[in-house]
Amino acid sequence: MKILVAFKRVIDPDARIKLTADKTAVDTESVEYKANPFCENALEEALRLKEEHDGEVVLVSLGGEDITQTIRAGLAMGADRAVRVEIEDKALDSDLAARIFAAVYKEEEDVDLFIFGKQAVDGDNNQVGQLTAQYLGLPQACFASEVEVDEDAGEATVTREVDGGLETLAVKLPAVITADLRLNTPRYAKLPDIMKARKKEIEELDLDDLEIEDTALKIEVVSLEEPPKRKGGEIVGSVDALVEKLKNEARAL
Amino acid sequence: MTRSRVSANLGRMADFYDNFLDESHRLLRTSCRRFAEAEIRPHVHDWEEAGIFPRELYTKAAAAGVLGVGFPEELGGSGGGALHQLMSLEGLMRGTSTGVAAGLGSLGIALPALVQSGDHGLAERFVRPALRGEKIACLGITEPGTGSDVAGVATRARREGDHYVVNGAKLFITSGVRADFMTVLARTGDDPHGGLTFFVLEKEMPGVTVSRSLKKTGWWASDTAELAFSDVRVPVENRVGPEGSGFKTLMRNFQTERLALAAYGVATAEIALEESMRYVRERKAFGRPIAGFQVTRHKLADMATQLLAAKTLTYQVATRMDRGEYVVKEVSAAKNLAAEVALAVTYEAVQLHGGMGYMRETVVERLARDARLLPIGGGTQEVMKEIIAKSMGF
Ligand SMILES: Cc1cc2nc3c(=O)[nH]c(=O)nc-3n(C[C@H](O)[C@H](O)[C@H](O)COP(=O)(O)OP(=O)(O)OC[C@H]3O[C@@H](n4cnc5c(N)ncnc54)[C@H](O)[C@@H]3O)c2cc1C
Repeated sequence: MKILVAFKRVIDPDARIKLTADKTAVDTESVEYKANPFCENALEEALRLKEEHDGEVVLVSLGGEDITQTIRAGLAMGADRAVRVEIEDKALDSDLAARIFAAVYKEEEDVDLFIFGKQAVDGDNNQVGQLTAQYLGLPQACFASEVEVDEDAGEATVTREVDGGLETLAVKLPAVITADLRLNTPRYAKLPDIMKARKKEIEELDLDDLEIEDTALKIEVVSLEEPPKRKGGEIVGSVDALVEKLKNEARAL
Repeated sequence: MTRSRVSANLGRMADFYDNFLDESHRLLRTSCRRFAEAEIRPHVHDWEEAGIFPRELYTKAAAAGVLGVGFPEELGGSGGGALHQLMSLEGLMRGTSTGVAAGLGSLGIALPALVQSGDHGLAERFVRPALRGEKIACLGITEPGTGSDVAGVATRARREGDHYVVNGAKLFITSGVRADFMTVLARTGDDPHGGLTFFVLEKEMPGVTVSRSLKKTGWWASDTAELAFSDVRVPVENRVGPEGSGFKTLMRNFQTERLALAAYGVATAEIALEESMRYVRERKAFGRPIAGFQVTRHKLADMATQLLAAKTLTYQVATRMDRGEYVVKEVSAAKNLAAEVALAVTYEAVQLHGGMGYMRETVVERLARDARLLPIGGGTQEVMKEIIAKSMGF
């Protein structure tokens, strides 16, 4: 099996962040980065499928030279190689990202599965996997909590989490799957694998190397606002006082 | 609940680490931290109160590749050098319990003698299973009658045909209560240093008993034992290296043990500072966050300065060990500095937390208790100073 995994670097979601002066982006001066957690679920699933069916797992990442460390982290988890498409984060929206992923898919031959995280925890857009499937005319199964592949039948059975229950789909391969958190627990990168990852290939492509007709951005971030500052807590004297406050101040009741 | 992450370093973390770490160190650091944050941190309070952590944590840590850092891959380890070991130890400390880190880490002091002996049988029977997390290992040097003075070891091993008969006792042995095997220093001859030899004793051997499980100031989650050996028949195959090689092996391995204790000290101070930075922003007194008082800010500045000094020295010593340099003086200095800094920083961290700092539910309360061991274990502060002074020609 050949599996592509979209692998995105995000700002550490647990870190304190600041906005830039013009309030259209997060100030990246002193932030820490990590791989998008849902992308790690996607990679973990690809690695498990590879362990079961053999084949190759290829990471696809969009970004500048500085995302190499995140790509190495994915290679250290066990991906075989990676493709990095050189583009600035600012120059991307979900639609262009999907068009690039679709173009990389076409460059790579004989792909059976393209696995994405269901969303990136920075933009929370939840649409790149779906758009990519659309551009490639592939079946899609999003928010997967369980994936099984029958290679002979050329089919994947995907359990997806939907409101209030589970839905099971059979999709013909090749297909696009997006991973939910409960799909698996990503493995820890071990030192011997970290060492091996140093020698794995990261192919670098420019937009010009790919066939993409429409590279226009469809979305512009107009402004960002920080959440309101948290006010200090308060200890109330009685249950009645608590109920009163919940009703009239917090408006929670 | 998501906790905002505060970094305790002066200036940008990246700048500090750029001086010492390559990509493999950084990736390992992330892996080990994540392991501790996912597998230790959520349970740590319960384990501390129970005085033990589940045995399966060994196999989990082994599977995550956290346990075998610094041991050769040929023997089932993860490979890597002193800086890699530093990453894994600091990473495990993110669980916020030195007891858990030290309990998991007891193989770090128990196995090196076996590995260095080059003995294939010992490697197969003990090193591999321990690195898989299946067997728990401990190191027995200290005795009721002797600690700092290793030449005073009185546990005897008398040769009888293809066996040794071992008699004696060991005290304060980390992981000793549930260890499957123990790397024990015993006397095979009368020469104070040249008469010492390591043996592997196994739990099931008749005559091996755990006399006591000891209650301690800190390190609660790690069990600490007094062990008694009474006419224990130990096959010759369980001797580690030739007779009389024990003292030299021990001296060699002290360097890694001391680096490990320095790592615990640095991590202790770092976590205590981070916890304090968060608390002083949230806690209010006299109508403002306590961070608003200059005295608070200066405390934090002093804590950060001390941390930076201890961390820089510790990382530098590890870097030099990886270059193969002889750093006995420096590693002793790093151990002492890191221990002092851990004590000073946890003291102030408790102070900044006020009454909350004295409560068992508070991380800095545990760190402060745990830190007290650092200038005692693995060679006391005074013994470190003797080593430093000696290498200065005194
Ligand atoms: C929680 C814990 C875990 C431990 N784990 C292990 C373990 O796994 N395996 C193991 O073998 N041991 C272990 N130890 C023992 C530890 O290594 C010893 O406690 C330590 O080496 C000190 O020895 P001691 O307790 O006999 O103190 P002593 O040697 O009796 O020292 C008492 C005091 O005298 C001072 N002193 C001694 N000699 C000199 C000198 N020449 N000059 C100046 N001052 C001196 C010491 O510095 C100290 O202040 C552990 C101890 C603890 C508390």
